[in-house]
Amino acid sequence: MSTLAITPDVVAQHQLTEPEYRKIVAILGREPSYTELGVFSVMWSEHCSYKSSRLHLKKLPTRGKLVVCGPGENAGIIDVGGGYVIAFKIESHNHPSFIEPFQGAATGVGGILRDIFTMGARPIAVLDSLRFGPLDDPHNGPRNRRILQGVVAGIAHYGNCFGVPTVGGECVFESCYNGNPLVNVFALGVARKQDIFYARAAGLGNPVIYVGAKTGRDGIHGASMASAEFTEESKQKRPNVQVGDPFLEKLLLEACLEAMQTGAIVGIQDMGAAGLTCSTCEMGSRGGTGIEIELDLVPQRETGMTPYEIMLSESQERMLLVAEKGREDEVFRVFRKWGLDAVTIGRVTGDGLLRVKQHGRTVAEIPNRELADEAPLYDRPFTAPPARPLAPSCARPAIDPARALEKLLASGDLCDKRYIWEQYDYQVRTNTIAGPGADAAIVRIKENGVSVAMSLDGNSRYCYLSPRDGAMLAVAECCRNLATLGAQPIAATNCLNFGNPERPEIMGQLVEAIEGMSEACRFFDTPITGGNVSLYNETLGEGIWPTPVIGIVGLLKTAAPVTRDFKVPGRPIILLGGIGECDEAQFGGTQYAKVICNELWGLPPVLDMDYEKRVHDAMREIVAAGLAESAHDLSDGGLAVAAAECSMAGIGAAFLFQSDLPPDFLLFHEGPSRILISTSDPEAVAAIAARQGVRAARAGITINGVLAFANRDQTLISVTTGSLKSIWEKSLENQLRA
Amino acid sequence: MKFGVIVFPGSNCDHDAWFAVNHNLGHQAEFIWHDSPTLGGMDAVILPGGFAYGDYLRCGAIAKFSPVMAAVRRFAAEGGPVLGICNGFQVLVEAGLLPGALMRNRNLKFICRELRLRTETLDSPFTAAAQPHQILRMPIAHGEGCYVADERTLDQLEAQDRVAFRYLDNPNGSMRDIAGILNERRNVLGLMPHPERASEPLMGSSDGLVIFRSMVMAAQPAALQQ
Repeated sequence: MSTLAITPDVVAQHQLTEPEYRKIVAILGREPSYTELGVFSVMWSEHCSYKSSRLHLKKLPTRGKLVVCGPGENAGIIDVGGGYVIAFKIESHNHPSFIEPFQGAATGVGGILRDIFTMGARPIAVLDSLRFGPLDDPHNGPRNRRILQGVVAGIAHYGNCFGVPTVGGECVFESCYNGNPLVNVFALGVARKQDIFYARAAGLGNPVIYVGAKTGRDGIHGASMASAEFTEESKQKRPNVQVGDPFLEKLLLEACLEAMQTGAIVGIQDMGAAGLTCSTCEMGSRGGTGIEIELDLVPQRETGMTPYEIMLSESQERMLLVAEKGREDEVFRVFRKWGLDAVTIGRVTGDGLLRVKQHGRTVAEIPNRELADEAPLYDRPFTAPPARPLAPSCARPAIDPARALEKLLASGDLCDKRYIWEQYDYQVRTNTIAGPGADAAIVRIKENGVSVAMSLDGNSRYCYLSPRDGAMLAVAECCRNLATLGAQPIAATNCLNFGNPERPEIMGQLVEAIEGMSEACRFFDTPITGGNVSLYNETLGEGIWPTPVIGIVGLLKTAAPVTRDFKVPGRPIILLGGIGECDEAQFGGTQYAKVICNELWGLPPVLDMDYEKRVHDAMREIVAAGLAESAHDLSDGGLAVAAAECSMAGIGAAFLFQSDLPPDFLLFHEGPSRILISTSDPEAVAAIAARQGVRAARAGITINGVLAFANRDQTLISVTTGSLKSIWEKSLENQLRA
Repeated sequence: MKFGVIVFPGSNCDHDAWFAVNHNLGHQAEFIWHDSPTLGGMDAVILPGGFAYGDYLRCGAIAKFSPVMAAVRRFAAEGGPVLGICNGFQVLVEAGLLPGALMRNRNLKFICRELRLRTETLDSPFTAAAQPHQILRMPIAHGEGCYVADERTLDQLEAQDRVAFRYLDNPNGSMRDIAGILNERRNVLGLMPHPERASEPLMGSSDGLVIFRSMVMAAQPAALQQ
């Protein structure tokens, strides 16, 4: 065993508390070696063990009739019919992306892709949810711009080379992300139902095989880094960020899928956070077995690596698999064909222990189950989130609504993101039916005539005002995005980005958001089949706003999609769901409040889930009947922004209302449950809406080249679509050039 | 007609080309592994898009040494039709089967975008089925698609009617708006845009089929006339 002394300082450096250390001693029945301490520290880090959130995550719905595999595996699996399943999950790579944006984001993509294909599914879509500090921030602007460009280039580098289309996502700016950008990446793959693989080590004496990249000293303690706040010294953690090789990952994908076809593979898991440690003990724990490995057999990039370094390395593009004894050669042959290292490094045992040897001597011996599944569990104290003032600190500014609309369309959150998504190959594999810029992405499954719709949504403004309502609204919006294109939501994955859970007010946000998300997912029948929690998103004691991000997948028949643009002049426009309601308190979380009033107050918009669901049902029926010539849901920026987005192809609209709402509420409030449709058959649309019991207000008519709004006899806005378009589409590039 | 789709380690549009030929064109496509010394009786060869060998050094710089490239060279020398799409174009240029070079896009970024091409010649097995100056809608998806050659080569390409396609809105800084070129014998075409991604209405365009149909027509003139 290693001779380095375990002092209280060493324990603290490993971010283990004294009670946690005592638990380790109790499990082992002795003091741990230095290597064992390292192994425990990564497995029991917040990132790997969910020790602060596990208790509350149990509240999330995880079952459903289509769920083949829920949380606990590398990805959730859903039956999509015809003998096929989809595997999908979202993961964060926030901390690495702040320290080294390009590689941090790139390896974030690499990690989630491995989670998908380790289950036997070929990745067919990636979406990303990005949050940065404002690009024009007086102090942090230059750094924010650099981080955005690095992150986008990193995602593009990895996804494009690997050959998975990046088909959608979101990109939002708030000051709270100045020191903590968020990079959440969602991936989805498809497999035949009988070809699913699980990360379980079974069969005594079966060989444990290491494949892929050699192990180096990179990424040691990456998982622990992602479980702590940033300080002034954090830049020194750059060596903790791994370097990605998408080409190697592409080879690994093809080789793994081909090797799985041999029938010789029993279980397989990728080496992600906590590397060899995590893959060995988790596979053993799930299989109820032990695993013994000899580190001398592990392919190494450098000489003289210690057991500690080998076990904790987070070198990328590595997999661990268990094969049937005697059939190793079938597996090796496939990996040789793809030019990859594949070596037997150990075997499955019956004693339930993770036994690590080097030069034939045992350097670590830990019970798998206790290590992987019995991490400390904390019921951290929490306080209710603070109530925000219900009114703004001064009167809302009197600004011409047309100028307000232009300002909103130029703002970071609402401007055209083409600059970002054109850097992604969003078409490779020729399945993309609706790509970036659409309300939801749609990717067809060639094999069974079904398409999968996907959307990622989060709204930290709403969650700042009320974490519970904000989380529910995000789920509702995500489902609405799918419904707008005619898809039926079937399952979800979540990424919970929060500050330091040891602070009761942050813990309160987390609990509220989980409960809100849980209630909404239950209501919309979208079980959460997996996800990720990213805590300690704080720099120098400054936490991010609560940012739960939800990813929902839905199904629809493969067909030409409904798109956002108004198509022909003279078509009636229907506001499905109605104009909605708003008062001053509910207006305080809108983009208008943020961009025009420069402050947030009050509460998020009020959500009536039952009504929302009926709007979705009506919308799906309208799409299925071929009645929607264009469709776009209302969200950030409200009606005026949604209508402007529908007008970017040159066909605008004239709206006429008879409303008592003040103009800014009418045009820019963000009440949910609303979808803007243009149709040649308004009576048929109205009939469907009436049957579902939802309002279908005749709001206006499409016209050439102009977007105009009037309330009673007062013109509120009249602008050319061309002027709106040039503001909208050039804004992001202008901001980046600043 | 039998199309061989070369698979280099790192090719990632190989399945797309295979699907376009098998499903959307209605002909036969088979994969050919990069270390294969022969092409196995194919009527045409496609070098697909992707990142052969990762393209970390220079696009196509390693792929040209693949064993299969010797077979492709022989096939081309015997007059067999060879179509290089995107990374395939880059490989053909590196292998010396087409002149010039493909440099990084003018804006130094990867660009994925649907755009318009003008067909510049009908005198090739890849364009014979097109209308004169037919405008084709097709996507590009590349980081290094800026076509560069010396003035003499460019003049020669034009004089010999070997510019197959030009961009209407040049996205990457290619000299003289060149999107695709032919070899002297006119049986090798390299182009940066992706015809296989524009081969059915669901993808937003079927214009790419013109190239594949031309290849079928050139190979089986009698069959098509029936």
